[in-house]
Amino acid sequence: MSSNFNVVEMIGISKSFFGVKVLDSVNFSVSPGEIHALAGENGAGKSTLMKILQGVYTLDAGEIKIAGEKVSIHSFQDARKLGIGMVFQEFSLVPELSVAQNIFLDREHKNKFGLFDEKRTINQAKLVMEELGLDIDVTAKVSTLGRAYQQLTEIAKAIAGEAKILILDEPTASLAKEEVDALFIVLKQLTARGVSIIYISHRMDEIYRICDQITILRDGKKIAVSKLNEISAQEIIAHITGRKDVEMLSHHGVSIAQTKDPIFEAERIQVGNKVNDISFKLYPGEILGLAGLMGSGRTELVRAIFGLDKKDNGKIKIEGNEVTIKNPQDAMKNGIAFIPEDRRRQGLVMEHSVKQNILATNLSSLSHLSFLNFSKINQVVQDAITNFEVRPAEPNREVRLLSGGNQQKVVIAKWLATNPKIVLMDEPTVGVDIGTKVDIMKLVRSFADEGKAVILISSELPELLSVCDRILVIRKGEIAEELDRKEVKDEDHLQMIVQGIMK
Amino acid sequence: MKLTNLKKIDLQSTLIYWMFAVIFFFFAILLKDDGFLQSNNLLNIFRQTATITVMAVAMTFVISAAEIDLSIGGVAGLTSVVAALMLRDHGLIQGILGGLAIGFIVGTLNGLLVSRIGIPSFLVTLGMQGVAIGFAAFITNYYPIPILNDTFNRFFGSGTIGWFPGLLFWSFVSVVIGWVVLTKTTFGRRVLATGGNRDAAEFNGINTKNVKFQVMLISSVVASIAGLLYAGRLQTGRYEWGAGDELSAIAAVILGGTSLFGGNGRIVGTFFGALLVGLINNGLILAGLPVSQQQIIRGVIIILAVALAKKK
Repeated sequence: MSSNFNVVEMIGISKSFFGVKVLDSVNFSVSPGEIHALAGENGAGKSTLMKILQGVYTLDAGEIKIAGEKVSIHSFQDARKLGIGMVFQEFSLVPELSVAQNIFLDREHKNKFGLFDEKRTINQAKLVMEELGLDIDVTAKVSTLGRAYQQLTEIAKAIAGEAKILILDEPTASLAKEEVDALFIVLKQLTARGVSIIYISHRMDEIYRICDQITILRDGKKIAVSKLNEISAQEIIAHITGRKDVEMLSHHGVSIAQTKDPIFEAERIQVGNKVNDISFKLYPGEILGLAGLMGSGRTELVRAIFGLDKKDNGKIKIEGNEVTIKNPQDAMKNGIAFIPEDRRRQGLVMEHSVKQNILATNLSSLSHLSFLNFSKINQVVQDAITNFEVRPAEPNREVRLLSGGNQQKVVIAKWLATNPKIVLMDEPTVGVDIGTKVDIMKLVRSFADEGKAVILISSELPELLSVCDRILVIRKGEIAEELDRKEVKDEDHLQMIVQGIMK
Repeated sequence: MKLTNLKKIDLQSTLIYWMFAVIFFFFAILLKDDGFLQSNNLLNIFRQTATITVMAVAMTFVISAAEIDLSIGGVAGLTSVVAALMLRDHGLIQGILGGLAIGFIVGTLNGLLVSRIGIPSFLVTLGMQGVAIGFAAFITNYYPIPILNDTFNRFFGSGTIGWFPGLLFWSFVSVVIGWVVLTKTTFGRRVLATGGNRDAAEFNGINTKNVKFQVMLISSVVASIAGLLYAGRLQTGRYEWGAGDELSAIAAVILGGTSLFGGNGRIVGTFFGALLVGLINNGLILAGLPVSQQQIIRGVIIILAVALAKKK
């Protein structure tokens, strides 16, 4: 096999939707046994390119060669026959079936009576797992597995389908650190067997850790392709965003005069055994970070503050006055806004327009005697779209048709339109491209600069370090550490504290 | 981009009007010798669909909130019976209030069971349908109760307002109120948000339990108004009035372009959906088909129309 022989070769691929060019003669190729990163902002054309490779969309122009042969792919089945497998971001497993049954879903082994051959299915599944070096009980129901094992089952499913080319879309989005390590070991093993992997990710550290080459798309065009040891992270980010002056996330600090009167106080908050006697204060202009591992009680704390879950004990004070918050309506009345972690399920009505979504949080301020004031509504929505740079800037477009980053902007826009004093944000930048991430962090800072305050939960430590003035490290439902931003040296330092290894 | 997009959306949202026009012309040509186009017959279509229209408008809210109400036919029947009994024994005002009280009681029960206890509305209202019809049959021993109060009969049924037929008035009033409430008020938005994504609505500070309670209550109260319309038009109270109307009302709502999964509602579409159901009924009767064949054809037409109207 010669080294310049490509498993996948996509040449001059173009694709338009409704007359808008989404891909403009893109070239993309993957050599055998390599892990090839595909990077770009949301809406750059990554998923469209991959969907063409999987036969979901047909191309307008260009050609695809698999293992040197020209092919036309019109369906998932075509792609599967050519050895192209996809590991879905939102899992395609059936929770109530076993691991083995899922691996051979739609390719079930049958016995001579045409019934499922359960024994052979289990044995074959075991074999696949062994090959991958994975220790997973193949008879266990998928619903009983953790996210990481579900993900690995998904990969096993693709491999059992004889996939030679594996597409992974943000595979680590919901995985813990150890789980990511386990995943990467499996991926390396696969490449040793000659499987090629296309790896879509926003996380720079992972790309450097595992990928051999990177292709960067921007606005439907191929901007760069490079070996990873020949390109710096700054260069990659510059290519992705297209901004000459790359504004790396850097800390600016509180820019308004500090006061002694807190805008928000939580006193001895208790929620079951998840949140244990937590008290803290928040001052005008301040951004407070909540760091901690998944399940540490961070989310439970903010949910209780917003009145989504019942507090067993504890007081909330706003500008020195005690307030009762029993439900989200109470919280909103007291000037609290909450940007939830799952924008699809909790943040937006996906089938509703941008306008309708922004309206949903502002019904009382945009109506008179419960009749809607449409001229005011149009004004507020237009302002929100302009201020938050929502693209496309069409108020009547259904939000499901927007990219992840733009959806998140709509969520933030609709909450900031309620004119809150305190904003709670739970993982506001998950699945958001780096350009939008920078935009969102700037918004958070400028919001605080108006004399308001923000509580920010994030698993991305660089993000916490870039905007927070103070960081509370939550561990097992308690405040383990309170850190001034200046006390934290760097990301590794904070990571050690979060993990409980160091003070 | 905009052009193709707009065309697509327009075809989707105007489908009910096209279907209405096509079936109207089809009957107009086929049944022209049977008096289909006579103004009297056309007026009759409106009259006969008035009760369905009124209930379907309320049903649009229920379905938009991702719930369903199968008890409306039963509520209409029970209301007609209770109103007739109260009219006979006590008087006009008592009759009307007694009828409406049925709607309030059933609606409150439905609403509480759905929103507080969390039983699916499908099951709650299926059970309630049986209770209402059974109760109506029980208290009248299956007999119709005649209504001799002219004021009542004129106001709710056969009367006119000036030259304007009373039943048409009720249809139009319900459509106008329904349209204003759904598209122009905060309540309408809460209903749509709750039906579109209950979790997100809850996070947005919308009390979705209250919304669900309210739509169930409205549906029953409106069904009891429809029951009064039956009683007035037919000048009797009878447990059978309204039987099966829940299905006609649901068909009208879905034909009108409202999503069965909640989150979007179209009142004007519902109006035409109800008219279409009435149109089909009327045409089949005029064509002289036996009831059995009417049922078959009506069923097939409704399935086809809903299949066409279904989004994606």
